[in-house]
Amino acid sequence: MAIKKFITGNFYDEKVLFPAVTKVRKAGYKLYDVYTPFPIHGLDKVMGQKDTDLHIAGFIYGITGTATAIGFITWALTVDWQLNFGGKPFFSLPAWIPIIFELTVLFAAVGMVLTFCWLCQLAPFVKKDHFSPKITDDTFLMAIECTDKTNEAEAVAFLQSAGAADVKVEHRETGWWFGTYDKDTVKFGKPVPEV
Amino acid sequence: MSTAEKFIPSKKYNTTAFILMAVGLLAAIVLYITTHGAAATPEEQQANNAVFWAALLQNSVFFLMICNATMFFMCATALAWGGWQIAFTRVTEAVSAMVPIIGVIAVVILLSIVYGGNHVIYHWTDAAHVEHDSVLNFKKGFLNPTFFTVVTILTVFFWSLLGWQMRKLSRSTDETSWENPKQKYNFQFKNTVTAGLFMIVFALTVMSSIPWLWLMSIDAHWYSTMYSWYTFASTFVTGVAVITLFVIYLKNKGLLGIVNKEHLHDLGKFIFAFSIFWTYLWFSQFMLIWYANIPEETVYFQSRTKGFYSIVFWTMFIINFIVPLLIFMSRDSKRNYTIVTYVALLVIFGHWLDFYQMVFPAVSPDKAPNLLLILGIALFFVGLIIYFVGRTLSKYPLIATNHPFVKESVIHHT
Repeated sequence: MAIKKFITGNFYDEKVLFPAVTKVRKAGYKLYDVYTPFPIHGLDKVMGQKDTDLHIAGFIYGITGTATAIGFITWALTVDWQLNFGGKPFFSLPAWIPIIFELTVLFAAVGMVLTFCWLCQLAPFVKKDHFSPKITDDTFLMAIECTDKTNEAEAVAFLQSAGAADVKVEHRETGWWFGTYDKDTVKFGKPVPEV
Repeated sequence: MSTAEKFIPSKKYNTTAFILMAVGLLAAIVLYITTHGAAATPEEQQANNAVFWAALLQNSVFFLMICNATMFFMCATALAWGGWQIAFTRVTEAVSAMVPIIGVIAVVILLSIVYGGNHVIYHWTDAAHVEHDSVLNFKKGFLNPTFFTVVTILTVFFWSLLGWQMRKLSRSTDETSWENPKQKYNFQFKNTVTAGLFMIVFALTVMSSIPWLWLMSIDAHWYSTMYSWYTFASTFVTGVAVITLFVIYLKNKGLLGIVNKEHLHDLGKFIFAFSIFWTYLWFSQFMLIWYANIPEETVYFQSRTKGFYSIVFWTMFIINFIVPLLIFMSRDSKRNYTIVTYVALLVIFGHWLDFYQMVFPAVSPDKAPNLLLILGIALFFVGLIIYFVGRTLSKYPLIATNHPFVKESVIHHT
């Protein structure tokens, strides 16, 4: 996992945030993310994020579920252990449709949840670094990632001119790790920034 | 975008409609001649004649019910205080205005069949036969010509009346300027109450008694309580597909400026969702009967899964389920005008086939009737819908600019 350097600014109004996001992207800064306490319609489009491919994964999981159900029931009831149910043929597809459907849903649902957690790097006992606890309460926080070419002072001034309050330069862990995030004072050999 | 824009049907538009109607009439005449020729026995003669009437029955009932399904769309969204559909609500209203027109045709055809003296389609109209048929005798309280006539006429009357009221309410917004907020409240109140009344009528007719009377009583000995729901799902998908086609046509003409891909996406979702709902009901009915395997119930599927009808049966299953499921699963295809047009056309055809296999295996179990001629008769109704919807659209502004919810429709996005 990597610790990166960010410039963060707080916004309190969507009407300021939207033009600021556009400005930051136009100026060529690397927009890392925007954190909001609630979903804001249209923000993903302004940030230039592309649609998720999660549903394609869901389709593949669903098909896998269908295939598993058809394959297993066919093998079990026609090859391995033939049972006569009221004179019906061993291969009686209509009776299996409910189970095929359920397994499709189960595979798709569980698969998509796990994939979602993996994409968002969420798991039990896994800690993530947050820029500010206020992003769950009343603040929109924009994080610009510093690259080799980023001029820090210039970027800070730019963010302030775009309407951001409380602009800071800080180091943050971008990945996820196992540990006690709120108790550790040092991680990866560096002091944990105060939250 | 001009807000008071109107649709003026071009000469080509009306000519197309008239040509389709002419082709339909021609098909009906040809079918009449081929089914009314000399036959070896009077029974065979009657069976042949019945095919002609069954073709009229299938087409008129199918198109009446899909036009009425747009009434359901209108009233369901009105009851839910939905806003997104207001952008094209005039199209929905124009299609629902077909109910009285096709309703009269359907009533005439249905009553001709009931009182025409040919008992092949509706066995239960044969009083002498019902006397010593214990099953039909038991159902006599429901399946008798008087009850059928009264319910049929009342049904079409109430559909037309409440549809007229809904359209009148919507058009009344064009002249208002909503000076007093109370006016909007009053409009919403009246709109909701009318929609609610229609829902009650709809629940008592399409969702229960009417498909039993008009369609299921062709197989008079057989019954299924799910039949009405199944028919409703079938007509509702088709109704939404018809609305979609008209919306896309008007978009192609450069009209309906406030309708965009977001609205198309939602119409696509309706087709997608209700195709699956239709399959769910179709399969629920099928599986229970297949599993129980009771002869009096399986007789319905016996005639439909054998011979020529089995081709129709499985074709319509593929068109109505597999095609919308796989094509409309992705978001992009629901937002693509071309794909939506083709799927809507296919779905309409598929559900027409569904009605074909509801009617004909019982009327003519051994000999499959000429599918092309019967499809030709459908063109008459298609032409009728094209012509009258164009005429209704041309009379009123195309966008309900003053509707209280029009803003919600403009900013709608998914």
